[in-house]
Amino acid sequence: MSGDPGGQLTAGRWRAGSMLATPNSRGWAVAAVLLLIAVIFPQVVTNQVVTQIAVDTMLFVAAAVAWNLFSGFSGYISLGHAVFFGTGAYTVGIAAEKWHITGNMEFALLPLAALAAGVVAVPFGLIALRVRRHTFVVVTIAVFFIFQLMAFNLKITGGSVGISAPFLTWAPETFNIPFYYMGLVLAAGVALLSWLIRGSRFGLQLRAIRDDEDRARGLGVRAMRVKLAAFVISGVVTGLVGAVWLFFIGQVLPQYGFDPIFDLSVALMAFFGGFGTLWGPILGALLLEPVEQYLTLQVSNSYASELVWGTLFLLVILFLSRGVIPIAGEKATARRARRERRRAGQPAAAPPTAGSAGTALPGSAEAGAPSGRSTR
Amino acid sequence: MTALLRAEGVCKAFGGVQALNDCSIEVEQGSIAGLIGPNGSGKTTLFNMITGYGRVDTGDVWLGDRKITNLPPDKVFGHGIGRTFQLTRVFSRLTVMENMIVGAHHSERTDAQGPRRFRNPLARAGGPATRRRAMELLEFTGIADHAGALAETLSYGQRKLLELSYVLMAGPAIMLLDEPAGGVNPTLIGTISDRIRQLNAQGTTFLIVEHNMDFVMGLCDQVTVLDYGNAVVSGPPEMIRTDRRVLDAYLGTAEDDDDDD
Repeated sequence: MSGDPGGQLTAGRWRAGSMLATPNSRGWAVAAVLLLIAVIFPQVVTNQVVTQIAVDTMLFVAAAVAWNLFSGFSGYISLGHAVFFGTGAYTVGIAAEKWHITGNMEFALLPLAALAAGVVAVPFGLIALRVRRHTFVVVTIAVFFIFQLMAFNLKITGGSVGISAPFLTWAPETFNIPFYYMGLVLAAGVALLSWLIRGSRFGLQLRAIRDDEDRARGLGVRAMRVKLAAFVISGVVTGLVGAVWLFFIGQVLPQYGFDPIFDLSVALMAFFGGFGTLWGPILGALLLEPVEQYLTLQVSNSYASELVWGTLFLLVILFLSRGVIPIAGEKATARRARRERRRAGQPAAAPPTAGSAGTALPGSAEAGAPSGRSTR
Repeated sequence: MTALLRAEGVCKAFGGVQALNDCSIEVEQGSIAGLIGPNGSGKTTLFNMITGYGRVDTGDVWLGDRKITNLPPDKVFGHGIGRTFQLTRVFSRLTVMENMIVGAHHSERTDAQGPRRFRNPLARAGGPATRRRAMELLEFTGIADHAGALAETLSYGQRKLLELSYVLMAGPAIMLLDEPAGGVNPTLIGTISDRIRQLNAQGTTFLIVEHNMDFVMGLCDQVTVLDYGNAVVSGPPEMIRTDRRVLDAYLGTAEDDDDDD
């Protein structure tokens, strides 16, 4: 999934600046190994607590990649993606209840979750995407709270009691396994989609919008259409994640279906790994979601885990806002450039191709400068 | 000769400031037209009104027979008006080649609307033909060596050349250049005016805002002077150089008020 479009664009030369610093083939190799490990994981590890964390992790990989393919590529930071998550969960929950769907038949409702999230994403996007940067963030938060309020107060959502999913008569010791693979399929699918989008005309237009939306419009980019399409795709995937999550958990309450911590988490994961990169949200979710689940299980007071989560978010935004993957990539490029220079025996400045990515800035300077940029 | 681009009686106010006041200009097909005037006389505002970066209060803009008043920027570009900005704008975290491909999207779209209307939205960006054309243009403007570099690593002058290059990707009928020589070293200014002349010889029309008088007078066939949002005089450079109204506009009526470049 590294599929470096930059590599193609620059005829074999690859760059560290905006994505994982590996050539194409190495990225595919990493993807294959990761996928292999992911596939055999539940065959090796059977501890139910661990596999439950693994299911959550897979769902969050999918959600973080979906968030990133809109927010990371376009630069529009959404803190309202829980709207799609909740819409997906509630849609299948309500549909199963109204149509008296039981047992395994509930999974036939998944396309409905995707459809509902997509239908919600269109007006949501048409309103929110009219404004940019901070205003956009605030509008997404506002829309999020409108949805949470509706879930609490509408009759159809069951108010504060929420909605229960149909009961699955699966053996408890293997209950997690099918959900794990569902999450894996979702995660791998959306990662592939993200890779395809990034290298495509559509993805290039998104990244042009991120850098300078008005300039992009002046080059014929139909900005609203492009942004809205990415928002809807992102929302549809997030809705699917919400639906699978409901079937897994069995019940949705308004504060968990429409959960501000969800918004924070997907953004944190993407920023931690590398905002706007292909691997960033994957790495971020793989590292952080198990930590969060572990904290929740270990610390009986749930607020403590939220406190840790919030602190982590602050630290990442302050010191790591470019993400570990881009920073590691730059360090590696800088080290390679230094080594080559030493071998060549000339202590001159970094070669021009390395550019800003190659110059060895101290970590704090790297993290400080782009924090403003990332809100674009 | 026919006018390719026409603004008729354009007015635009920002709050109480009348940026454009019944402003009319014409750019002949195949010409290099200059637009000069003191700071704040409305040159950039006029560019913005023509290219869709703002709505006119009254008045109309025509491209040939087509009325393009208040069309959004992407439509204006689609009809064949390309522009550059005074403060150069490139996509800093895309490579130079990627910048070029963004500029090509419109023409690629038009090409594809012949036999097959459906395009795969996930098709890889920039086919071989587009890349070849991009490399030709980059060689033409002299920054082909940087094709693989991130645009943010370019110098200011190189960014100006990149901006010029990616607008050219779509082959616009007319280019609006906002201070192409501003903040650029003299050698590069020579390169830029050479390239403009060459493009003009190949049929591209130009409308250029510029403070560098040597540049404007040496390059343009026709110069229009804006003052207080109004086109006060228009004519060939040698006429403009000596026109009383131009001196008034630049120097003001008070005698020692010579603070303009």
